[in-house]
Amino acid sequence: MNNPSGLDSPVRIPVVSPVERLGAYVLESISALGGFVLFLFFALAEIVMPPYKVRLILRQMRTIGAESFFLVALIGMFTGMVLGLQGEFTLRKFGSEGVLGTVVSLVLVRELGPVLTALMVTARAGSAMAAEIGAMQVTEQIDALTVMAINPVQYLVSPRIVAGVISFPLLTSMFDVIGILGGYVVGVGLMGAPSASYFNGIAQNLSADDIAGGLYKALVFGLIVTWVSCYKGYYAQRMATGVSRATTEAVVLSSVLILMFDYFLTSLLLK
Amino acid sequence: MTAGNSSSIAIKVSDLRRRFGAQQVLRGVNLECPRAQVTTIVGPSGCGKTVFLKHLTLLLRPDAGRIVINGIDVTGLRGRALNSVREQFGVLFQGGALFDSLTVFENVAFPLVEKTRMTRGQIRTAVEEKLAAVGLEGMGQKFPSEISGGMQKRAALARALIHNPNILYLDEPTTGLDPTRTGAIHQLIRQTHERFGLTVVMVSHDVPQVFEISDRIAFMHEGRMALNGTVADVTQARDPVFERFLAGRASGDEELMAAEKAETRV
Repeated sequence: MNNPSGLDSPVRIPVVSPVERLGAYVLESISALGGFVLFLFFALAEIVMPPYKVRLILRQMRTIGAESFFLVALIGMFTGMVLGLQGEFTLRKFGSEGVLGTVVSLVLVRELGPVLTALMVTARAGSAMAAEIGAMQVTEQIDALTVMAINPVQYLVSPRIVAGVISFPLLTSMFDVIGILGGYVVGVGLMGAPSASYFNGIAQNLSADDIAGGLYKALVFGLIVTWVSCYKGYYAQRMATGVSRATTEAVVLSSVLILMFDYFLTSLLLK
Repeated sequence: MTAGNSSSIAIKVSDLRRRFGAQQVLRGVNLECPRAQVTTIVGPSGCGKTVFLKHLTLLLRPDAGRIVINGIDVTGLRGRALNSVREQFGVLFQGGALFDSLTVFENVAFPLVEKTRMTRGQIRTAVEEKLAAVGLEGMGQKFPSEISGGMQKRAALARALIHNPNILYLDEPTTGLDPTRTGAIHQLIRQTHERFGLTVVMVSHDVPQVFEISDRIAFMHEGRMALNGTVADVTQARDPVFERFLAGRASGDEELMAAEKAETRV
């Protein structure tokens, strides 16, 4: 199999005893992690190398961004609506209906917007990305690019990472706006929270730092999802189950990393 | 080109070794492919012939040994020097490896669009010429999924030839084709070789049919070239392992095939 770094696929060490097996497992894991990080390094290096693939980046932005819009809008709408419902129901007990807009907007912008957008785009575009690149690997299309002297990482991976990093914050912004409107429709329209204080609360309490923090998260998630999905597709095994396994692993690993990095990023941003 | 003695030998491989983990796949392969001849590599499945071809196409790097292509030692090449060697050969992959999202025309044009500054008109002329050479006139607007396996191989061959290479590598070009189409593809390979004066290196499982279109045969066994010479030399060598391989292939005898596989430890 062809490899951007010129390195071999992860080390396979013949095993005998349980101790050796454990050692081999540790070595294989470290080697795999190293390959995973190097893959990103090479893909990022190719972004700044000419020729610039603007057309490919735009095409990927259409796939990752534009074509995910309705899904993200739908999920954003319902997330905002349920926040309006739950928020108004709970706040009413404490006589604090006035802060509904603040609560809904902060929860969406700082937390749910970036995370849920990233999870939905993983399911939709990340899985497709892993399957497409995996199929290209299995059918030797990636080798075909290499023998044509076209760097497959530059051609397939780098444009997707750039497109992901640009598209995720944009989708997240739309999720936030639609979610806030959804919260208004349910909280104010159906449940009868005071209309004026909904938007006034947002204007007073949602700071530029909150918005920037949410967009930083979206940017990091865009990098994670495209990186993981491309990596898993690129190293799909040449067997019947290779592509399906790559797709599953891409979705699972992306989702896990999104939630883990969400915690770490939040703890950094709250300082 | 460095030396005069390289002119008659297009590809020279010496003592090529490669292991994957515990498995030593190539155990010192030696091979010389004369210029403008068809060299066919045959051997039991798992003997390492596809891995060997991946070294010739510079997709894999050897642990030890040397590959000299058109007088240039390619073993340690990187970057631009590596790419300039790649421009000298074309590769037909086992499944064709056409890009699914592009039409046949776009597939064949792809290397020119990406790697050259040719105009649209020049590209169109070049692509149509190559499509005609493989018998696919007027099929340019179809997608790979809309044409038969045999046509996909033809389209992939046109793509492999589009940059006018002097070496053509073929990895089991008739996999998945029926006997009639296999014969047609064999004839096409021979015609293409003669028309463009190409050095052809092919991995094939179509024994003994493929001997008809080959000048030389290399029989690979257990990671080495067990036999290597003109078709007449090899078929008259009376090598017991080769005879057994031929018998197994010709009769499709399960036991022989199984024994063969056990021997080569797939």
